[in-house]
Amino acid sequence: MGSLRPVEEANVQQDFLATRVDELINWGRKNSLWPMPLGLSCCGIELMAMIGPKFDLARFGAEAARFSPRQCDLLVVAGTLTWKMAEACRTIYDQMPDPKWVIAMGVCSSSGGMYDSYSVVQGVDMILPVDVYVPGCPPRPDAVIDAIMKLQKKIEREQPLRLRLSGANLDHGLGSNTFVRAPNTAVATHGSHDVLAAGDRILP
Amino acid sequence: MSVSTQTFEYSPLSHGGLAGGGPLTVDGDDPLHGEPLQLNMGPQHPATHGVLRIKVVLDGETIQEIEPVVGYLHRGKEKTCESLGWRKFFVHTDRLDYVQPLMNNIGYAMALEKLGGIGVPERGQIIRVLLCELSRIGSHLIYLGTTAIDLGAITMFFFCFKERETLYQLLDAYTGHRMNNTYVRIGGVYADVDERVQAEIEKWVDHLPSAIDEFEAMLTGNRIWHDRNYQIGVITPAQALAWSLTGPNLRASGVEFDLRKSQPYSGYEQYEFETAVGTRGDCFDRYLVRIEEMRQSARICKQALAKLKQTAGGEFLADDRRYVLPPKGRVHESMEELIHQFKIVTDMALPRGEAYGAIESSKGELGFFVASDGTSDPLRCHIRGPGLMNVQAIPMVSKGRLFSDMVSLIGSLDFVMGEVDR
Amino acid sequence: MSTLERARAALAGLELQELPARDGTVFLQVAAADVREACRRLRDAAGFESNTFVTAIDRYPAEPRFQVCYQLLSVQHNDRLRLCAWIGGERPRIDTVADLWPGAQYAERECYDMFGIQFLGHQSEAGELKRLLMPEDYDHFPLRKDFPHQGIEPDKLYNEWFQRRFQRHEREHADV
Repeated sequence: MGSLRPVEEANVQQDFLATRVDELINWGRKNSLWPMPLGLSCCGIELMAMIGPKFDLARFGAEAARFSPRQCDLLVVAGTLTWKMAEACRTIYDQMPDPKWVIAMGVCSSSGGMYDSYSVVQGVDMILPVDVYVPGCPPRPDAVIDAIMKLQKKIEREQPLRLRLSGANLDHGLGSNTFVRAPNTAVATHGSHDVLAAGDRILP
Repeated sequence: MSVSTQTFEYSPLSHGGLAGGGPLTVDGDDPLHGEPLQLNMGPQHPATHGVLRIKVVLDGETIQEIEPVVGYLHRGKEKTCESLGWRKFFVHTDRLDYVQPLMNNIGYAMALEKLGGIGVPERGQIIRVLLCELSRIGSHLIYLGTTAIDLGAITMFFFCFKERETLYQLLDAYTGHRMNNTYVRIGGVYADVDERVQAEIEKWVDHLPSAIDEFEAMLTGNRIWHDRNYQIGVITPAQALAWSLTGPNLRASGVEFDLRKSQPYSGYEQYEFETAVGTRGDCFDRYLVRIEEMRQSARICKQALAKLKQTAGGEFLADDRRYVLPPKGRVHESMEELIHQFKIVTDMALPRGEAYGAIESSKGELGFFVASDGTSDPLRCHIRGPGLMNVQAIPMVSKGRLFSDMVSLIGSLDFVMGEVDR
Repeated sequence: MSTLERARAALAGLELQELPARDGTVFLQVAAADVREACRRLRDAAGFESNTFVTAIDRYPAEPRFQVCYQLLSVQHNDRLRLCAWIGGERPRIDTVADLWPGAQYAERECYDMFGIQFLGHQSEAGELKRLLMPEDYDHFPLRKDFPHQGIEPDKLYNEWFQRRFQRHEREHADV
């Protein structure tokens, strides 16, 4: 296929080989999501139950629930995040190598849950970009498995090779430490997702 | 006597890393000691059973100083109680010690019932005892599963969670939710236990002793389990009392104090069961005490189910319309019940005063110190969580021990951060 | 001997007031300056080997505002006792009991963290009296009645940390 220089072709998004390669890459990524279980509170118990024998997350290729962020690609924030813990959580997220995805499991990590108090982060998306939100207090393990399946569908839509071929500059230049902290805009600006949507800002 | 030393250049240090840089000297005669190493465990760590941070200063492998840092799950529950009101806080009590949600509900309800002078009918008490003991079994299963997996016995985790899944299904059938059920109200429980659910619970409780036999077959006589737990973390009875330990930690040290027998509540005096008391106060004894407590809990569950059959059709919720909601059907029909419903939901006030209600939870004495000034806004709800005392005891048991014993100690002291941090 | 008699015998000479309690526990009020002596005598002479909790009730805007409560447990006699003392003022302080019962260390740290009550002479494994549940450089005392439930600038410390990190990142990658 030659070197990965920008292609002059009119519409690289529909190039046959690039599409197939992207499908292959996405297939590989979505079927080997290794979770980083950030079990903070009660949702952590349901997370353990999901990894346990009955709900068996291993069927989805997610058996390797390593507790080191450097070896994982899916951060499952399970439980209430407090401001005291937020620094550690952000550090863990930053330590994860690209590509990485985040599932906010439970209402506490989605929106602060029932705790509108002085010490609880009102939703983990105040400090991290989130891909899938799972409501429930705690959500049943089936619900989290459903979330992982939805995430798999989301990964299928990614375009890792095609974006690079089309010359889009996906490198923020400043690393993942520095996205602007505002709720829910993070997903659009998060370069690790290899997806261009209408109106996306790619930082210069 | 000259001491032979060995110097070597190690690149991170020679770039000015630790303590000003320079080459590291190691005393060749003493391979186990050197510079003290400050190590940080957590707050995210597989073996700390939640978000606990432990700062350790190590001399080789020996712990010199140790300091737990808590508060990473502090959600402001005591302040929340003051804002929400007594009734709405039931939902929050589940999430305190989230491996035994119903027991927390029951403890809180008991404290409020003491403050308000409200009685619970007999069937309500029996159901509460049943839920307490099922929760206790569930909590000890988590203790066993997580402590074993931390020490390398990975199969135990799956065995314990398999039993827990059945328990969750039972609770799902009864309460509608697997965990964090919030099924207890002031004056009783929300709804009665269906006969089919009772039959299923009885089947599980009958099967449980053989499952516990399987766990014991894997661990109790196991050489590795023995070596990692025997004579590790010995707590003397005087130490246990001075450090405010209660529950299995206290009983394993030889102090026979169980609130269910010493200060019975919710009808516990009518049940026959033994108190498990240890002799040595080490991690192994704490393990044996909890295994025995699971067996005794199964025994109490059977007795509770028999009593439920005897009191079939009885009241499970008190009639006190100052604090207990009337049945919804009556609310739609009767003016008084409508007014009661309205008053309780918007403006329920407990009498002026303070009360302390404590139960024997799976981790120790779980107490709620509630204070009211006579208005419908709670004045204070202090949650005395046994987990906080268990975390407090970590430095006491682990100073001078090897670092690899930390995992046994943390597991055997058994705390849940939801209750420690509240 | 009932709990009350035992307690009165142990605390002879101290100013005591018996308060009503809705749970049947003996509830005694002592002067704030006598709390330490009272606790010591109850531990040594009345057999209260264990301290269940140390906490405070904020009765703002009444002055003195904090009712510091201690609950004691005696395993040998199988009973409980509750003590309280009133403190207030700009900088509320009271003597520590953490050296009488090591189990009271975290409870006192939490009291300080939540209410701002200084426990004089508190020495624990962690050193001097410091916060337990909130971050160490947190500025406020959350359980006081004049502190709002949603908090005051809850993300302040996190933002400061994030800024410092961003600046460090910029410095380290400035020449790249």
